[in-house]
Formats: sequence, structure tokens, C-alpha cells
Amino acid sequence: MNAHAPVAPPQTNALAPDVSAYVQQAGEGLHMLHLMVEGVHCGGCVRRIERALTAEPGVIEARVNLTTRRLAVTWRGAATLGEALVGTIARLGYRATPYDPRQLASGDAQAERCLLLAMAVAGFAAGNIMLLSVSVWSGHVYEMGGATRALLHWFSALIALPALVYAGRPFFASALGALRDGRTNMDVPISLGILLASGMSLFETIRGGEHVYFDSAVMLLFFLLIGRYLDLRARGKARAAAERLLALGTDPVTVLAADGRSQVLPAERVAPGMTVLVAVGERIGIDGRVLTGRSEVDTSLITGETLPQVVAAGNPVFAGTINVVAPLRLEATAVGKRTLLAEIVRLMEAAEQHRAKYVVLADRVARLYAPAVHGLALATFLGWTLLAGVAWQTALLYAVAVLIITCPCALGLAVPAVQVIASGRLLGKGVLLKSATALERLATVDTVVFDKTGTLTLGRPSLDHRMPVDRSALELAAALAGASRHPLAKALCLAAPGVPVATDVEEVAGQGLRLVTAGGEVRLGSRVWCGVTDVDEESSGPELWLARSDRRPVRFAFADPLRPNAGEMVGELRRRGLGIELLSGDRAPTVAQAAAELDIEDWRFACTPADKSARLKELADAGRHVLMVGDGLNDAPALAGAHVSLSPSSAVDISQNAADAVFQGERLQPVVEVLDVARRAARLIRQNLGLALAYNVVVVPLAMLGMVTPLVAALCMSASSLLVVGNSLRLRGRS
Amino acid sequence: MSGLLYLIPIALALGLLGLAAFLWALRSGQFDDLDGAAERILFDDEER
Repeated sequence: MNAHAPVAPPQTNALAPDVSAYVQQAGEGLHMLHLMVEGVHCGGCVRRIERALTAEPGVIEARVNLTTRRLAVTWRGAATLGEALVGTIARLGYRATPYDPRQLASGDAQAERCLLLAMAVAGFAAGNIMLLSVSVWSGHVYEMGGATRALLHWFSALIALPALVYAGRPFFASALGALRDGRTNMDVPISLGILLASGMSLFETIRGGEHVYFDSAVMLLFFLLIGRYLDLRARGKARAAAERLLALGTDPVTVLAADGRSQVLPAERVAPGMTVLVAVGERIGIDGRVLTGRSEVDTSLITGETLPQVVAAGNPVFAGTINVVAPLRLEATAVGKRTLLAEIVRLMEAAEQHRAKYVVLADRVARLYAPAVHGLALATFLGWTLLAGVAWQTALLYAVAVLIITCPCALGLAVPAVQVIASGRLLGKGVLLKSATALERLATVDTVVFDKTGTLTLGRPSLDHRMPVDRSALELAAALAGASRHPLAKALCLAAPGVPVATDVEEVAGQGLRLVTAGGEVRLGSRVWCGVTDVDEESSGPELWLARSDRRPVRFAFADPLRPNAGEMVGELRRRGLGIELLSGDRAPTVAQAAAELDIEDWRFACTPADKSARLKELADAGRHVLMVGDGLNDAPALAGAHVSLSPSSAVDISQNAADAVFQGERLQPVVEVLDVARRAARLIRQNLGLALAYNVVVVPLAMLGMVTPLVAALCMSASSLLVVGNSLRLRGRS
Repeated sequence: MSGLLYLIPIALALGLLGLAAFLWALRSGQFDDLDGAAERILFDDEER
């Protein structure tokens, strides 16, 4: 949560990830860096970033990919320039995270390219065979000679057979895999239909027959490949953009060897008992106990607590927290899989397994579909041979027509077409869908559970403007605060922008700041540090005091403000009839205040990650479909265990990985948006499946009666597919 | 009818040309960022 730099203010860049590890050699004296850039949503952003970067000395090329929100920048010069370039992007107001393209060039990209190639080949073949087929069909009317027809059939076969072998591979492989496991899936009837149709057509071609189905077989494949491609793209694109590498969480650890030399080790190679040095602003990589030093640790990642906690010799610290004030020397007590951080990850994985196996609607349809189609085709064949007594070749031709006409063109497009449009629409609103089934699950949500810190609130303290503040006191305080990385000090600086930082400010860990001026000593810090004894003022919540020798101490109160429109969003959710709950790891008064402001009746405080998981399980057992919205590591198990989950893009990496969808920006409006789009998408998917079913009900009897010629098959297939796609496009309209 | 003997091969060759062009475009990364391409055409002073 607040471990990350917020999107806008550049002051908070101190915790920006280390990019040097991601800089790559790109030839002679050239370096290259791949970054994921958040907040890019239009051509203007692309241009601003590219311009700013190319204006930097040494930069040769900067190219933003608007689809995946990624940036590749190449420069001539030292590798360390990368740091400055990330700073340049941050100053423009975008958050950039480095990534390793090799790690992302996963199976999906390969599969996508493979499908696209197959689609291109199938499309080419379908178009050309259709040209020939139209001639043949016209020939039926104008009495084309048998030799010419045979020639055209042979040409069709020549194009169709290699194309089918090449473009059909994805289906054949999947069908074969299913059969080997003793299952059946949608690809079995598809493969069988294609193979039978082309085999039968080849036979007819050799025999000089009148009807061949090459065009239908190839067109079928083409439509199905479009569906497959859209399906993969809907998932792949969004997931790739949301994919933050967990590697960022495994920062290297500085270990002090016995001979006094320091050494940087990867976290997993640190052994318990080793002495570890932690610099200011560094994320602690291990669980340990403080040996020497006094500092404050930002534990928001683990506990959700907004304010850093004071640690001194003997206190435990945990991996994933950030050292804020002064350097620390630790003794490692647990590393790797033994840390609290790893414990939470395990909890999350366990929760994920508990999540009921969700079967996508399309798969449920497919389970009924395959046996039905095979049964009908077999019935047709047997009916014609046994009852009507026609030649087996003719009967087989009719059976093939049944297989072709029932082949799930429209069915294959019904779901992916809607999903692509829905996810494209959501992407435009800054929501990235990561899970393929997220849309379907979102549509059934009846309860929304929120985390507080970082989700409903911004997750960083800011000066409470409800208290009257003396301007000159604020400016003096900000001048001191500029020297510190403490979140409250940063908040003070933000409240008084443009105030120059005072020099010679001394920081005493866990206490405050001190500056000696001509007019006496000025102190900024805790109540005790500033010598405030009278407790007459209300004292809840985080605060800083400013003490000057000649005047009364001034109090600055801080609050973690709610995200803009949080109240409105809660109201809109309630209007849609959804139950709302608040589960927070924070203390009772702060949670109560937030709940009161948002008018949420069900709230729980001081929840551990396990408590949150337990509550979600309770809700699930009561038959509720819960949407969990959270961002912290402490929410990760709950996110993984909820029916469906959503997290802001400011969330920690693990939470983003656990969530089904990620939304960008400071506003919470996307929560409502996502639910609305999901519900409409679910409605359209059901309509599409209905249309596909209605089509089958009409044409299957015709096919079984042997009335479907290749021409009729081609018309029916294209018409039903167009109808389904057209219906899906309605999602794009009204907003 | 003998016209078909060379017209069909010509049609097929043209089709194959189209397929080859698509494959080339795919390989050279022209389909990597469709949203970006749609916006880039509106940039009026591309300095490169």
C-alpha cells in the first residue's frame, strides 16, 4: 500500500524500485530498459512520455506500447542513466516499474502468435475456396460441365487439405489430449467434424461427386480460430499488463561478515544468525531481531497499519517491512520460506485451493454439447442406412452435414466476443482483468467486502485540514520535515509545497527532528520530544508537534483521507442491492470513523490475514458471492479466497497477483463500473448462447433430413456467427 | 473455360501474396500495439 510511491508526487520517489538490475546491453555502448508504465491511457500520454525521454541526452529511442502500457527505452551511455530516466517519467506523473521481458515472454505470447498464424492461413484458404465454391454453386444452376466442376473441386482440395492440417493443429492437439485422458471436450466434435468432412469431400472429389464440403470445413476452422484468438487475447493482454514480477519483493540483503566486511546476498542465501545491515529506506528482506540502532519501521505491507512503528534493540522486525528513519543492524532469525511474509503467501495459496472450482459457462455447455452432436450424427447415419436404405456414402454425407452444421461456430464466438469487448471497455476505464473467468464470477456478486487502509483510503497520511493551522508554523515545520523520510514528515512537506529544506537538521530515531537556529532550538516530533505535558487537546490519531523556544507548541494532526468519491461509490453499490462490509487490520477508532463517514454498518477491526480469510469463508458458507476489494499483503489470502477479487494498482505485488482484476487511479469508481459491465456481459453471453441454440434447433432437423447442401451450410454458419458477434457489439454502445 | 487454367493460379498467387504480406507485418511487430497505432496517426510532428 503506502510502500509504493503514489502516482503523482515526485517527492515520494525514495522507495522507487532499483532499476539497475533490469538494464540490458543492447549492442555497442547501448543500453535498454523495459518498464511497465502506469497511468498511460491515451495518445497524449504516449507522446508526452516519448518526448520527455527523447529530449534526455543520450536517449536514442523511447517507445510506449499503449496496448500493454509498456515502455522500451534505448540509450547510449552508462547503465546508471536508467535511474534518471525513471525519475523523468515519475516527474511527468507516471509510475514506472522495470521488468524483464524474457520472464514475460511466456507461453501465452507463443500461443497467441501460433493462433494468429493459423488464423491467417485458415482465412486465406477460406477466402479462396469460397471463390471456387461460388463458381461450383452457380454451376449447379447453369449446368456446369462435370469436368470443370471436378477441376474446381481438385483446386479446392489442393488449398483446403494443407490449410486444414496446418491451421487445425490447435484443435487436433487439444482433442487428442482430452481423448487420451478419457474425457471429451468441445474440440473432439470439432476435430471429428473437420476430419470427416474433409475426408468425405476428398472421396467425393475423386469419385467426381456433386457436393464437397471443403469450404465449410475451412470456414468453420477460420471462425473457430477467431474465437480462440479473441479468447486468448482477452485474457493474455490484461494479465500481461497487470503482471508485476514478484521478484521485486526479493530485494538483496546486505550481510556483515565475521571479518567486518559487508556483502550483498540474495535473501534466500542468508542463514539465521547472520548479522544484517539495513539502510534507511530499504525493504527488509528477512525476519530478524534488532541488535543495535533505533528506528521506525513501516509495517503497512503486513499489518495494514498506516503509521510506522518504533523499533529498538531486542524488537523483532519482519521481512517486507521498510526501515524508515535510521540504519539498523539485525540478527536474522528466519529467512526465505520461514518468514512471516512467506507464511502469508502460504495462507494465500491455501485459500486459493479452497476456492470452489469454478466451471465456465461455455465449458458446462460443451459438456452437454459433444455427446448431443455425436448422437445426432450417428442417428442420422443409422437412420438413413437402416430405415431409408440409402447407400452408406450418401448417409455418411448427411451425417457429415450434421456435424458441420452443428459445429460450434456461433458457440465458439458467443463467449469470447463478449469478453474481448468487455475487457477492452474495462481497460479503457483503467481496469485490467486478469482472470478469464473473472467477468462471469463478477456478474454473480451480491456482497462487497472492503479493506480500509490503502483501499477505501489513500493509504498515506496527510495533514488534517479540519484543524486550523498557523501558516508560518507550518512552513517552519515543513522546512524541518524535508530532511526526513518519515511518512508524517512527508505529509507535512506535501501540505506546504515549495518550502526549502532547512540544513543541519538532526534526526533522532523514534523521537523527532531538531534544528538549532539563531533564535534557539526548534523541535519537530512526538509529544514527548517537544516537551508537551498538558493533555488538554483531544489526542486520538497520528500527530506531530512543533516546539519553539519562545512560543507555545503547535500541534499538527494527520488523517489517512478516504479516496475521492468513496462515499458515492458505497452509495451506488448499495443502490444496486449489494451488501457491504469493512474488514480492517487497523485499530477500532480509525475504522469506526471511516465506517461512519461511509455509512457502512458491518465493520470489523484489528483483523489478521487469517481473520479476514475466516470471515470470507463464513460468508461463502452462508451462500454469499463475495467481491473482495483489498490491496495489502494482509489482504492477499482474502483476495485469493474470495469468490472474486479486485485490487488497486497501488497494491503490493502479491495482492495484485492474487486479485482477479486490478484497477488504476485514485478513484474507487471502477468498482461499480466493473460490476455493471460484468452484469451486462453476462446477459449478452446468455443471449448469445440462446441464439446459438436457437440456430441449431432450426438447422439440425434440416441437416438430418439431408437438405443441407454445402451452400446452405455456408450461409447458415456465417449468418449465425455474424448474428452472435453483432449482438456482442451492443456492449460497446451505451455507457 | 481454358481461361480458368491460368486465372485460378493467378488468383491463388495474389492470395498467397496477401498472406505473405500479413505474415511479414506480424513478424515485424506491426500488430503489437494496435491501440497505440490508432493514436500515433494523430501526432502531427513526429521528430524522427
